[in-house]
Amino acid sequence: MSEVVIPADAVVPVVASGRQKLYRRVLKNPMAVVSLVILALVVLSAVFAGQITGWDPGRADLNDALAPPFGEHLLGADASGRDVLARLFFGARVSLIGALIALATALAIGIPTGLIAGYFQGWFDSLSSWFASLLMAMPGLIVVLALISVIGPGMVGVMVTFGALLSPGVFRLTRSGVVSVRRELYIDAAKVSGLSDYRIISRHVLGVIRAPLVIQASMIAGIAIVLQAGLEFLGVGDSSTASWGQMLSEAFSNIYVAPTMILWPGLIIGLTVGSLAIFGAALRDTVQGAEPARKTRRRKPTNEEETSTRRLDLSTAATAAVISPRDGGQEDIEPSDALLVVRDLQVGYPQPDGSTTIVVDGVSLHVDRGEVLGLVGESGSGKSQTAFSILGLLPDTGAILGGTISFAARTIASADGAAHGAAALRGRQFGYIPQEPMSNLDPSFTLGFQLVEPMRHILGLSRPAAKTKALELLDRVGIADPRRTFDAYPHEVSGGMAQRVLIAGAVACDPELLIADEPTTALDVTVQAEVLDLLRGLQRERSMGMIMVTHNFGVVADICDRVAVMQAGRLVEQADALELFDDPHNPYTRMLLSSTLEDTEPRAARSTRPVSSRGTAR
Amino acid sequence: MTDVASVAEQPLLTISGLEVEFPVKGWRRPPFKALKGVSLDILPGETMGLVGESGSGKTTIGRAVLGLAPIAGGSISFDGRDTTRLSRADRRALSADIQVVFQDPYTSLNPAMTIGDILAEPLLTSGTARIAARDRIRELLDLVNLPSDAADRLPREFSGGQRQRVAIARALALRPRLVVCDEPVSALDLSTQARVLDLFIDIQEKTGVAYLFVSHDLSVVRHISHRVAVMYRGEIVETGDAAAVTGAPEHPYTQRLLMAAPVPHPKRQAVRRSERHALLASQRASDAARETVR
Repeated sequence: MSEVVIPADAVVPVVASGRQKLYRRVLKNPMAVVSLVILALVVLSAVFAGQITGWDPGRADLNDALAPPFGEHLLGADASGRDVLARLFFGARVSLIGALIALATALAIGIPTGLIAGYFQGWFDSLSSWFASLLMAMPGLIVVLALISVIGPGMVGVMVTFGALLSPGVFRLTRSGVVSVRRELYIDAAKVSGLSDYRIISRHVLGVIRAPLVIQASMIAGIAIVLQAGLEFLGVGDSSTASWGQMLSEAFSNIYVAPTMILWPGLIIGLTVGSLAIFGAALRDTVQGAEPARKTRRRKPTNEEETSTRRLDLSTAATAAVISPRDGGQEDIEPSDALLVVRDLQVGYPQPDGSTTIVVDGVSLHVDRGEVLGLVGESGSGKSQTAFSILGLLPDTGAILGGTISFAARTIASADGAAHGAAALRGRQFGYIPQEPMSNLDPSFTLGFQLVEPMRHILGLSRPAAKTKALELLDRVGIADPRRTFDAYPHEVSGGMAQRVLIAGAVACDPELLIADEPTTALDVTVQAEVLDLLRGLQRERSMGMIMVTHNFGVVADICDRVAVMQAGRLVEQADALELFDDPHNPYTRMLLSSTLEDTEPRAARSTRPVSSRGTAR
Repeated sequence: MTDVASVAEQPLLTISGLEVEFPVKGWRRPPFKALKGVSLDILPGETMGLVGESGSGKTTIGRAVLGLAPIAGGSISFDGRDTTRLSRADRRALSADIQVVFQDPYTSLNPAMTIGDILAEPLLTSGTARIAARDRIRELLDLVNLPSDAADRLPREFSGGQRQRVAIARALALRPRLVVCDEPVSALDLSTQARVLDLFIDIQEKTGVAYLFVSHDLSVVRHISHRVAVMYRGEIVETGDAAAVTGAPEHPYTQRLLMAAPVPHPKRQAVRRSERHALLASQRASDAARETVR
């Protein structure tokens, strides 16, 4: 390891991020705060209904019948002369308790069954999933109405039944959450640590499904309130206590006499249910925003990377006096007949907070005809982003912010976004070989179909001609039985074979430039060597230009003519392969080269072990 | 195996004739044999490297040792005690002695728990008092070169290499005598990989723990292992000292494996490449010769 560089991952920069609790983040969301305040007001008015209003919700005074609002009665009185505001407050009790009963029932049934079914699977899983599907297929309102005709209009019974009918939603959510984490390695690690199933579920599994469950619960509560009001509106509820649905029903029958009366219960139901829904949505946004961005290709440079950039700046500043033309990514010799020229490329991702995360910064490189350029760097160095910019395949959220890319002396991409030539070049002049062969093949089509279709579309070949060409190509990429592979589906071949098929597809339309993004990383070493042999052969035979994106210096040594080393979005060094390996100028390049293990001595035999033993099977 | 010399030391882990079968979906289909009678032993404080291609069964051996794979035959014994089939309670007792570091540092740490909680879990489960656990966590973070304030933070605040250090600290929490390392550096960047490997070696020298180190990368295995076993299609085809197996292999598959690993220098790689082509040609010729003899 070079002495210039301190081990970056051993030095944790002090950041004041700390652990932020979920509820604190939720409280930063204005939608969540507003909806929570409304819900709190509704609950408080229900609890302290007697104290807030002086009116008895059941006291009828025919003198006040249909009294207008803002008089003696703040919101007026109904047809029997009962105070509307008092009835709203007291009615909230019925609605909220009803919703609570339904919610508790749904959770009490759904969570335990979902946990057991998801964690242990087996017969209980099959049986309960089948039963959940059955319940979901039942029309809820009709079942409840049928039940009322049997057991009478008791609220508790009705809401328990309704909760049971809603429980499959909770069950499914819990089960799918558990199934997705039970294969996670940290569950295995907990098992190895000797934790019991109960502790694994309560500590590791329940935490993962907590947030989605709160979201689901707010939805269920909303639905329950609406259903309960609906039942009361239909007149199947208990008519002796005030409720929102009942008020709605009464207002509806007096709609021509006192049209404003329907407003109040409608408004409060809408506000409550809407707040529940908005709270659920706000919570979902918060939870999703908190998820680690590990699966996205783009990411903000971590603190570690930022420090390493700073370190690099210092070191380049120190060597500025003796800087050579190849340092700092500056390129002074740029042949005019270069196949591909990238000049001062800058790629960034605008963030929601208005800032921009720069992932590629001022990269200049070129590829000649028949030349293999290695683009080397660690994860987050921007090497793949550079390759995607050339292909015109940056995600929608990213953009070229500066510089130009030109192919065969024609500008195909620039910051103004005017020239979008890459799309027309893909498949014709550009061939692309991905890292994961399997995820780049559609599992529902045969390999042959996936080879033939682009050829017919782009080269305009007839189906038989395209098939003949595809079989030739499969033979060329070293597939022993091209016909069988042609008719096979992706799952029927190995990863190495799939990569050969993709290589065949990439060169099918005789591209001038082949862009290979870590084409051998997912393959076994022996297969990697064969694929590299194949790529080298094809590249020479067709004198294609090629960009080899890789992190492996062995691969670079094997195939590349020239190498560009990237770090944290910048090009730090560019040189001929032999020159770079013999005499790396940049400290980062030196550090990377010294990290390769291929040349290190094998570890010495243990001193306690007296004599070595050795054996070969077969 | 002709193990004459190691009479002085009792092996810590002995695997003999181990067979693992995974059920195949579909009625009455024969199960998939992941391991076909594998024998292996590891001495105290030793690193046994296990190398092979994907699907060769190397990860399955590690999982079988941890009690996470369905064992169909053979036996595993740890410190003279048969551990092939253990009840959950016995497995829990053994967890103090055998621990694991997994490949993916992103899914092996619960994203909802702080580093402190993650490290405390095995300690508290084994009955360590809370205060003693806190001291031990500080010690562990120090051992893996993480600052002690890391305990209050969540895994997502750390890079891959740092997370793997946390996973190593968790494995070491109960002072195990054997750690199964399942491709622990494969998901890491080159420079991070070298530092984490050096950490493994450093910890072994300090604590005398033994490693069963599974990797697909011959150079990684050579760097860390005292002895190496090469797996191919569910069987061990070659075992021996690291220098011998990775320097002058005897089995044709190991020879191919060694020759396939590219050397990070263009000229030497060109030499290696022609050597590999020559080896493949000679192996093909000898295979053909064997065919004609038959």
